[in-house]
Amino acid sequence: MSAAYAFSDARVMVTRCVKRSLRDPEAFFTALLLPIMLMLMFVYVFGGAMNTGGKYVNYVVPGLIVLCAGFGASATAVAVATDMANGIVDRFRSMPIHGTSIFIGHITASLARNMVATALVIGTGLGIGWRPTASPAEWAAAAAMIVVFVLALSSLAAGVGLVARTAEAASFFAAALMFIPYVSTAFVPARTMPGALHAFADNQPFTPIVETMRGLWMGHTATGAAASHEAVIALAWCAGILAVSIAAASWLFRHRTAA
Amino acid sequence: MRYTVNATGIRKSFGSHLVLDDVDLAVETGSILALLGPNGAGKTTMVRILATLIRPDAGTATIAGHDLRTNPVGVKRSISLTGQYAAIDDKLTGRENLEMMGQLRHLPRGAARARAGELLAAFGLLDAAHRRAATYSGGMMRRLDLAASMIGRPQLLFLDEPTTGLDLHSREQLWGTVRGLAEEGVTILLTTQYLEEADQLAETIAMLDRGRIVARGTADQLKSSLGTEVVRLQFADADSYRRAASTLGTARTDDRLCTIEVATDGSAAAVHELLGWLEGAGTPPLKLSTHRPSLDDVFLSLTGAAAARRGSKEMAR
Repeated sequence: MSAAYAFSDARVMVTRCVKRSLRDPEAFFTALLLPIMLMLMFVYVFGGAMNTGGKYVNYVVPGLIVLCAGFGASATAVAVATDMANGIVDRFRSMPIHGTSIFIGHITASLARNMVATALVIGTGLGIGWRPTASPAEWAAAAAMIVVFVLALSSLAAGVGLVARTAEAASFFAAALMFIPYVSTAFVPARTMPGALHAFADNQPFTPIVETMRGLWMGHTATGAAASHEAVIALAWCAGILAVSIAAASWLFRHRTAA
Repeated sequence: MRYTVNATGIRKSFGSHLVLDDVDLAVETGSILALLGPNGAGKTTMVRILATLIRPDAGTATIAGHDLRTNPVGVKRSISLTGQYAAIDDKLTGRENLEMMGQLRHLPRGAARARAGELLAAFGLLDAAHRRAATYSGGMMRRLDLAASMIGRPQLLFLDEPTTGLDLHSREQLWGTVRGLAEEGVTILLTTQYLEEADQLAETIAMLDRGRIVARGTADQLKSSLGTEVVRLQFADADSYRRAASTLGTARTDDRLCTIEVATDGSAAAVHELLGWLEGAGTPPLKLSTHRPSLDDVFLSLTGAAAARRGSKEMAR
């Protein structure tokens, strides 16, 4: 199985997953509406009571990007679990194609969905008064951070989809991913949290990821560390999650298939 | 004689449950073999092993000349699998499904498109080609599934319970399609729990029960293994039926209909002897008919005892 075949298999799978995303109108509109609704709710409903030093919209944009990515990841986990429960994966596996191409398809479609959601968060934010101070280079770095983060989260979600086996179990994964960003600096600085939560917030992956974006866009982070320092920690987390989930997913795919 | 499938000594356990116990299976090139058995007999496991989806614990197999263990890619290139559940993307149209499978078989894009068109026509799906597979009926779904299997012109086609859940009309239509594929020279390994299906389609039948092959041969060979004629005796009342049943012992009985079936060689003398014996026992039958044993009879005589044991255990629970 040559590299050319591997590439063509992956391309076919990407086309399939993107088509599936576009043809699921409920999920598609939820994915489009959610970033906008969340942005308006956080800024206009909660924002007035938040004390983050300055306008809340200037604080919350990176937090909403990771929150939406969490929703996106649960969609990916459900999509993988649905595939595994269907006979189609057996057919793919009985064909001379690269097993990884199925995941490349799901992860690429996930990346595309998340980029649309991210663009909507950013667009809505700019529309209601978000004023980042970033240079074009900093914008590019922030975008790169988002891509790396979404890739890591999507492969984790694909792995969860494989373990879960049913769409219902996979969507349970969403609950966990929805809560973790709240106990980070995504929506409020960690200093107001009680001791244990504060410690958790300081040491979980969403904080450095959010702070990297915040530092790049706004020039200062909520933790007080430099954006470059946060970026190193964020990239280490993402690399670790990527490596573990890809290894786990390929092992699971070989050993644990639809019964 | 050439064999497209030649498997020997296949064993597989899931945990402590032995699913396949030393199964040998050979499918002659260009023929249809039916692997017939009740639910849980191990049919699907056997197909999944031969289609490279799971590894056997022991045993060897050659598929279209490729060794299953050492050259699974060669096997994958030669086979196609139509599983129990339609392996179709329900959000893609019929045509998109086939073109996708064609591309995954590494046909150039134009060739994949042409082949998809050909198969849509051949399987009577041209009118529905632009509709999403989710809108297809069960029968159409199975036809699309089969068409997807034929994209790469496989030498060997696995059909795992192809007509389960189909209505009578769709089933007969699918049988026609399968026969057509066999006429084109495709070797087919079919699993089914329907005796009629095995009888209708397959040249060779292998009966699988609880992980073991309990009989194999042509439908005719299997039927004649039970004796050439079955004599069916109908009794006037439950009392004489019961007394006759206890004297005949091993025969198949039906409490509700008060009938007893006895395998004979079909000669007048044998029937005469049977009747004389029943007369002597004071339990003459009301009516008598003879018929050739059906595959049902073979199947029940081979697996009936085991199934009855399982059934009574379930009742007890």
